[in-house]
Amino acid sequence: MKQAALEAHNVIKYFPTGHSGILGRPTNEVKAVDGVSFSIAHGETLGVVGESGCGKSTLARVVTRLIDATSGEILMDGESISHLSGKSLRIARRKLQMIFQDPYASLNPRHSVGQIISSPLSVQGISPPQGVKARVQELMELVGLNPEHYNRYPHEFSGGQRQRIGIARALVLEPTVLVADEPVSALDVSIQAQILNLLETLQAELGLTYMFIAHDLSVVRHIADNVAVMYLGKIVEMGSAQSVYTQPGHPYTSALLSAVPVADPTRRGRDGRIRLEGDVPSPIDPPSGCRFRTRCWKATDLCASTEPLLADQGNGHLVACHFPMETPVTLGNTQP
Amino acid sequence: MSATFTDTATLASDGTVGVVIEGKSPRQLAWMRFRRDKFALAAAGVILFYIFAAAFAPVICAVLGISPYELDGDALNDFGLPKGAFGGISSEHWLGVEPGTGRDILARLLYGARVSLLVGFLGTLLTTTIGVMIGIFAGYRRGKVDAVVGRFMDLTLAFPSFLLIIALTRPFTQRLESLGVPEGNPARLTYIVLVLATFGWVYVARVVRGQTLSLREREFVEAARASGAGTGHIVFKQLLPNLWAPVIVIVSLSLPGYVATESTLSFLGLGMLPPAASWGVMLGDSVKYYRADPTYLFIPGVALIVLVLAFNILGDAVRDALDPKADRQTL
Repeated sequence: MKQAALEAHNVIKYFPTGHSGILGRPTNEVKAVDGVSFSIAHGETLGVVGESGCGKSTLARVVTRLIDATSGEILMDGESISHLSGKSLRIARRKLQMIFQDPYASLNPRHSVGQIISSPLSVQGISPPQGVKARVQELMELVGLNPEHYNRYPHEFSGGQRQRIGIARALVLEPTVLVADEPVSALDVSIQAQILNLLETLQAELGLTYMFIAHDLSVVRHIADNVAVMYLGKIVEMGSAQSVYTQPGHPYTSALLSAVPVADPTRRGRDGRIRLEGDVPSPIDPPSGCRFRTRCWKATDLCASTEPLLADQGNGHLVACHFPMETPVTLGNTQP
Repeated sequence: MSATFTDTATLASDGTVGVVIEGKSPRQLAWMRFRRDKFALAAAGVILFYIFAAAFAPVICAVLGISPYELDGDALNDFGLPKGAFGGISSEHWLGVEPGTGRDILARLLYGARVSLLVGFLGTLLTTTIGVMIGIFAGYRRGKVDAVVGRFMDLTLAFPSFLLIIALTRPFTQRLESLGVPEGNPARLTYIVLVLATFGWVYVARVVRGQTLSLREREFVEAARASGAGTGHIVFKQLLPNLWAPVIVIVSLSLPGYVATESTLSFLGLGMLPPAASWGVMLGDSVKYYRADPTYLFIPGVALIVLVLAFNILGDAVRDALDPKADRQTL
């Protein structure tokens, strides 16, 4: 099997919460990410979808070592980066960069665009052969910004342009893997498409590997090769985008898909819309067994007592459910 | 392409004519807003005038032929009061003379400005430095460090500071003198500045802590960390540039307080000692004569009020200028 660009093995992140005694341990833990494993091949995109609060952003920050995992391993090119620190971690970061959600909060308002994009170079102590300014302007051109705006400040740009600045900053260290945490969710729909197309073009040109987080299924469908659906800190379904979108195995995925607006009015209302009752349960005290059972219309006693594990439904399509929607049909050679 | 832009037009790499538009930094924008505020410009002018007068006090006194210490018995009548109307204002003594001694009030006012501004600026420098360092430390480390620093700040605020300042003047100035600080006014000045710093840093630190707490969660700090930046880079390159605005505001609002505190202490006999000139000393002395020679009370009083008022107006204007939301087109 080909070496994966980015892998996660059983990643767990619990945040301590609640009052603790002076010397006592925290009374509660938010189980933000609870045993997530995945692997992304070179040049491919894994889309991670799920509702707000399901642990997507925490997962992104654990993968990029912005927060330390409670346990589990992150591997890049087969080598663990989970226990790196100091200089070796700094060097490892060159290959693994991040694009942030909020283009207004992710750029320092007191720095010019040139300073923002070149900052990773100075932090890493890298001086590009063509000079810092030339390198920055090259990147600005690459992401579709006017290189002459080098001296401008973030407040002079629109949301979409700001996100391009954030992308240029992530690319300046020539990473192989980009983790994008909802990079388009703060943008207008018309701008979303531009940024998605830019990310696709960059992936093709630079051979990048993406971990793409979104709460919008149609966005992920546009860009992802594989899709992982998260619910309350766990991956409940994972497989090729084609297979997950056409034959969802997990009831939660079906519900999410049925909520995607249909562009064609003649088709509207044809498929039954699944309405989920209630809210996502608290990650401090998740339901026993299957975490989705409190909102699932198929739940039985088995779901409360035994946690369903991710099981291959054929063709590498993993579903964590005792009663998958229907046995996915093997598509054979139509798979890419 | 408009013809008016041709002087700034330049040839871009692809051969097309483009206009180089220099981006305006937040600082430049703040300066633009500040310049539109006429009151602020006047206040800044007044403060510059005071600083200039204080800095060149000896030169001005030499040119005018006056001295803050020279006794002039000729300017006083038999009761020890200044001859002539309005406290003895004359071509020789522009602002009159002191009752009892006949010392020139203008000269004493100029030298007094040196003390006031020195205490104000030194106090501000110390409180700001300590406050910013402790505030960033508490806000950046959060958790237990923040809790401990926070309780310590509460404790400092709970101190009856003014009582303490008065009670500790003698033992502390004596201690400073034994540590080698020149006896008398230098030791007392050092004491005042140290006391201001001891109790003043809390106000700066609280503002900086709050700002740091909110800034460190912003995604640009995460972006810096993701690029491999350490604490030093994040504090000095990412956080500090965003902290200057609130710090400048609190500084420009606290500085007049320090000037007033020095005058108050000197007035109470705890600051500068006569014959040294200080506005507080002058005010304290003038109270004795307020019926016979109200001009003597009036002059240092007005000097103090104008300076404090100018600093307050400047502080407000700086806050407005640094707040992008306060962008008013018409003023």
